[in-house]
Amino acid sequence: MANFTPVPALIGGALIGLSAVLLMMFNGRIAGISGVFSGSLFADGTERTWRLAFLLGLIAGPVAYQIIFRATPPFELTAGWPLIIIGGLLVGFGTRLGSGCTSGHGVCGLSRLSPRAFAAVGMFMAAGMLTATLVRVLMEG
Amino acid sequence: MAQVFSALLAGLIFGLGLTISQMTNPEKVLSFLDILGNWDPSLAFVMGGALVVTALGYRLVWRRPTPIFAKQYQIPANRDIDKNLAAGSVLFGAGWGLVGLCPGPALAAITIGAGQVAVFLTAMAAGMVVFELMKRRQLL
Repeated sequence: MANFTPVPALIGGALIGLSAVLLMMFNGRIAGISGVFSGSLFADGTERTWRLAFLLGLIAGPVAYQIIFRATPPFELTAGWPLIIIGGLLVGFGTRLGSGCTSGHGVCGLSRLSPRAFAAVGMFMAAGMLTATLVRVLMEG
Repeated sequence: MAQVFSALLAGLIFGLGLTISQMTNPEKVLSFLDILGNWDPSLAFVMGGALVVTALGYRLVWRRPTPIFAKQYQIPANRDIDKNLAAGSVLFGAGWGLVGLCPGPALAAITIGAGQVAVFLTAMAAGMVVFELMKRRQLL
C-alpha cells in the first residue's frame, strides 16, 4: 500500500462534506460539480451567478492551500494528449447523460440514500477501475 | 447576493478539501482505480470522510423547512434507475479511469495542472455541449 495517506484523506473528505452541507444549508443546492459546471455554461441569470461564484471558490482552493501550507500541491498526469481529450469528452458527456459524478451522486447522493446514486456510483466506480487497470496493464505490457 | 457569497465560501472549502486530500492529483486517483498496481486506498477514505459529514449534516440542515438564503431546497426527485443513468455512469467512469480526473478536481487543478488540465476541461466542456445539443434536438 504505497503512499496511503489516511489522515489528509479523511480531513480533505470532511471538508468536502462540510462544503456540501453549507451549500445545502444556505443555498438549498446539491454540491454536484458536473451540474454546477454545466449550469454555469448553459443556464442564465441567478442560476448561473451562484454557480460561477462556487467555481471561483473551487479554483481558489489550491491557491489557498499554497498560502496556508507554503507548499505546492502535487500534480502528476501521465496520460498522453489523445487520452486526455477522449477522457475529457467521456467525462463531460457521461456526467450529463448520467446526471452526476463523484460529488453529486457520490458524496451528496449516497448521503441521502438515493437509489439512483447507489447505482451510479457502483457503475462509475466499476468502469473507472476497469479502465484504469486495463490502461496500466497495457502500458506496462 | 448572499447566496453568491455562501456559494463562493462553499466552493473554496470544497477546493481546499480536494487539495488537502490530493484528489487534485490524477496519479493519486489512478493509484486507487488501478486495482492491480501499487494500490492506494486513500480515495475511499476521502469519500468516507465526506459521507459521514454530509449524511449527518444533511439531517441537521433539513430540520429547517427552508434554506437560509434560498426559498426552497432543490433536491432531485427522480428515483428511476434508467438507461441514461447506466450509460452515462459507465461513460463517465471510463473517462475518469483514462486520466484520473473528474469535474471537481479538474476545475480545482486549473492553477496547478497547466496545459494538461486546460485541454481536459475544454474536452469536458465539449462533451457537455454535445449532450446539450443532442438533448435540445431531442436525440436523447
